[in-house]
Amino acid sequence: MKAFLMYKDQDFDLQQQMPPNEQVLIQDLELSTLFNAMALGDKFLFEMAKKTVLFGLCDLATIRYRQNILKDCLKNPSVVRDIYRIPIESIENKQKRWLHIYGSNPGGILHSSIEMMQMFVGLLEKLKNIANEHADKFESEGFTRFFAMIQKELDDEYFASVQNHLMELKFGKGVLLSAKLGKGNEGTDYILRKPQGKKGSWMKRVFDQKSPVYTFYIHPRDEHGARALSELKDKGINLVANALARSAEHIDSFFNMLRIELTFYIGCLNLSEQLAQMGKPVSFPLPVASNERRHSFDGLYDVCLALTMKQKVVGNDVNADSKDLVIITGANQGGKSTFLRSIGLAQLMLQCGMFVSAENFCANLCEGIFTHYKRKEDATMKSGKLDEELSRMSEIVDKIPPNSLMLFNESFAATNEREGSEIAKQITCALVEKRIKVFFVTHQYEFAHGFYDKRIENVIFLRAERKADGGRTFKVIEGEPLLTSYGKDLYHKIFETGD
Amino acid sequence: MTFQSILIEKTEESIKKETLEAPVFFVDLNLDQVIDAITAGRQEYNLKPFFYTPLKDIDTIRYRQEIAQDLENEVLLENIKSFALKMSAMRRYLALVDKLDFKNHQEGWFLEAAEVYCEAITGLAHDLSHANLRSRGLLALCECVANYANSDSFILLLTETQKVKTALSTVKYCVIIRESTVRVRKYEAEADYSVEVEKAFEKFKQGEVKDYRVKLYEGSGMNHVEAQILDCVAKLYPDIFANLDHFCAQHRHFLNETISVFDREIQFYVAYLEYIAKIKRGGLKFCYPQISNQSKEVYDYEGFDIALAKKRITENSTIVCNDFYLKDRERIFVVSGPNQGGKTTFARTFGQLHYLATLGCPVPGREAQLFLFDRLFTHFEKEEDIRNLRGKLQDDLVRISAILDQSTPNSIIIMNEIFTSTTLKDAVFLSKKIMERILQLDLLCICVTFIDELASLSDKTVSMVSTVVPENPALRTYKIVRKPADGLAYAISIAEKYHLTYDGLKERIKS
Repeated sequence: MKAFLMYKDQDFDLQQQMPPNEQVLIQDLELSTLFNAMALGDKFLFEMAKKTVLFGLCDLATIRYRQNILKDCLKNPSVVRDIYRIPIESIENKQKRWLHIYGSNPGGILHSSIEMMQMFVGLLEKLKNIANEHADKFESEGFTRFFAMIQKELDDEYFASVQNHLMELKFGKGVLLSAKLGKGNEGTDYILRKPQGKKGSWMKRVFDQKSPVYTFYIHPRDEHGARALSELKDKGINLVANALARSAEHIDSFFNMLRIELTFYIGCLNLSEQLAQMGKPVSFPLPVASNERRHSFDGLYDVCLALTMKQKVVGNDVNADSKDLVIITGANQGGKSTFLRSIGLAQLMLQCGMFVSAENFCANLCEGIFTHYKRKEDATMKSGKLDEELSRMSEIVDKIPPNSLMLFNESFAATNEREGSEIAKQITCALVEKRIKVFFVTHQYEFAHGFYDKRIENVIFLRAERKADGGRTFKVIEGEPLLTSYGKDLYHKIFETGD
Repeated sequence: MTFQSILIEKTEESIKKETLEAPVFFVDLNLDQVIDAITAGRQEYNLKPFFYTPLKDIDTIRYRQEIAQDLENEVLLENIKSFALKMSAMRRYLALVDKLDFKNHQEGWFLEAAEVYCEAITGLAHDLSHANLRSRGLLALCECVANYANSDSFILLLTETQKVKTALSTVKYCVIIRESTVRVRKYEAEADYSVEVEKAFEKFKQGEVKDYRVKLYEGSGMNHVEAQILDCVAKLYPDIFANLDHFCAQHRHFLNETISVFDREIQFYVAYLEYIAKIKRGGLKFCYPQISNQSKEVYDYEGFDIALAKKRITENSTIVCNDFYLKDRERIFVVSGPNQGGKTTFARTFGQLHYLATLGCPVPGREAQLFLFDRLFTHFEKEEDIRNLRGKLQDDLVRISAILDQSTPNSIIIMNEIFTSTTLKDAVFLSKKIMERILQLDLLCICVTFIDELASLSDKTVSMVSTVVPENPALRTYKIVRKPADGLAYAISIAEKYHLTYDGLKERIKS
């Protein structure tokens, strides 16, 4: 039995490597804000949100598989939260009742396994009841399969047989072992046997046999004999204790995996509820294959900014389909960084199977998402700023595969404009030729306009909007790079009061 | 000719009493360490007497050399080892039978002993007949074992062992334990419950989980509960156990005496060959020496101290080999040179080679001719804890005089740094006197000394010198070479290092 709620045919792998630029992405895209919104203070949810969002998928089928399951969750939030309670309850029970498989002898292991198993059986019954009651409200392939599996595997007959085994394994009627003669006529190959016969007690049946039965008794004060007897029993139940303990552990990991896989959807439910309160729309994005070039959306907003401001934020409409390079220029404080972040966030959300913060959104998948943002001066004075930027770039280049998304925010500006532009140009051209989609926020006129002058088909220029009076709309619109970034506006704004 | 012993061809000699004491020179030559290491882990065979008894005739030495050469065939050696393991198991089982308390248990182990003995014999007969044997000893053994394996008594033992064993293997019974009551009956095809439980929960199988099987004590032996169960089993299968009784009574003394003796004696070779195999793996050579009781023209090329070699190889370090030869009238090596240069090792090597050769064993070296000595004497410095200076010199003289009294022209004397406890003048005088007597006896001798004069006493003496690296006299080469003992080489190289040679000083001192 497998939950299979994250992948159609495999478990979610907690051990997989985080992307090498995990920390950078979290910092540049303000991902902690997103994770916190999904976790609502739950540490496990936070960790899982981080893992699922950062382990992006690059396969369309699985993304759609998760999207459909998430749609079911958005329709039936309380049922999903009830299912999520079951593995949580298992953990709580184990802690509360000190359930743990332990023991230095098979008898102890068997006993503790039975206890554990009885607790699990109760929870499995709960799960089955939920399935019986609500299965018909779910449409996604993932949930349909999940409920069908529960109903098929955990039928009444199965529960009866499990209860029967747990009863038998207490050996109220004695332990039946078979054995052979080994070296020196010493008993060997001890195997626990299932008593035969349905009617009457099997002990009675034994006496009915034609084959003789020889009996002897251990004297109550013969401690040595009693110990020998229990050692013999241990030889017989060693395997069955192992089998039961392992089964208990398997069920434990089934619950554990169910919990792990559901946390993603619980996180999504938490997030969507908060956005709904603010009246911000979400929608399920349309992904296309990574070798295509699509990026078009309406009303795309920065979900982290919205969560921080707890209010409506400006959304952007852009059509950058069939573009390899997007150059964003324009006014200071005009929303360029916010726009860039919303691109990164939407891509991550899309690729983990989540909804995105837009009215509609379509993009090609990316093999990897990389950010290169301007950093503050290195306090350790180990290297100059440009040096530091280039060294970071070099690390990215070591790892970046084709069909990735590369987000630059005011990179390579730590030198004069000519040199900075030249560096930026060479890097950007190389990346684009290597089939890497680049979003570049820059003030470097020479760099930006250099591309504009060439009128290259696969480049689009966006500009932060500035009203004629110097006011900002925080919208990003298509437009030619300008020689000024209207820093004067800012100067005025700040020194206005002083004048 | 009927086979008697794998160590000695002629019967009369094998009756000789075994030597229990190590020869007196063992400690000086470090042969005590060697033999201890060779026999370690083989106490049950009591091999040391074999290593304490040198052979006196060349033919018996050849007899052993041939056998050792046959055993250098690794397949055969492995076969012999596997035979030995089985014989050892048999002895262990028989010893167990004597210690056990319950009859059915005893008889069970007696049957095991008989079974493993049968395997040992049939295996040995088969392996020997398929080995390409050349030695007189193993060929005779091969015939002897074949005859025994085909004898009526052995075949009867073999068939009955198998019959009883097969019958016992069909026994399958059930034990039902409820509180302090134990019931025993025949097995009635009840299902394996562990499998069933595993199947019931199979559907939950996820990834790998822990193995909860407890490692239960699996020692052999039987407590009174198991013994009572076994008695019940015997009652369930009365015919099978009656046959077992009968078998034990009939074959009480199944062990063949010749086989038993062979099993012990062959370990002499196995132990030695295993010991030298480790040294060979370190890249050193062993050879079968020519032995003569006439010619004193002895030689050995690429020889080494077998005790030191073992130690160095265990430490993963290298060892230096040395050559020596005596020609015509040459009889005495006078070894001089810097301390810690390998002089004593060289002297020991000479003694070890001769002793090991008289055991019939391969010796260190690429090629060797050695002398069949009658006695071997060593005179190494003894600790002087109680004795005073005068006492020690006296003791030296008493010991050396005793050696000279017992020596014949066929003896070997190894002297290491004698007369160190006196003045140089005295030492020279005494040494010369002793050397004169040795020269008169015309025996083979090694004399390690700091007295250079001894090296050129006669045309019978050969001077050997331990050497140093010329550029750095503190570094020893451990090479002992034939060259005049001028006593200068060492000092000169030190002088060169400090530019204090004649030429060096001439240049440094401005005129």
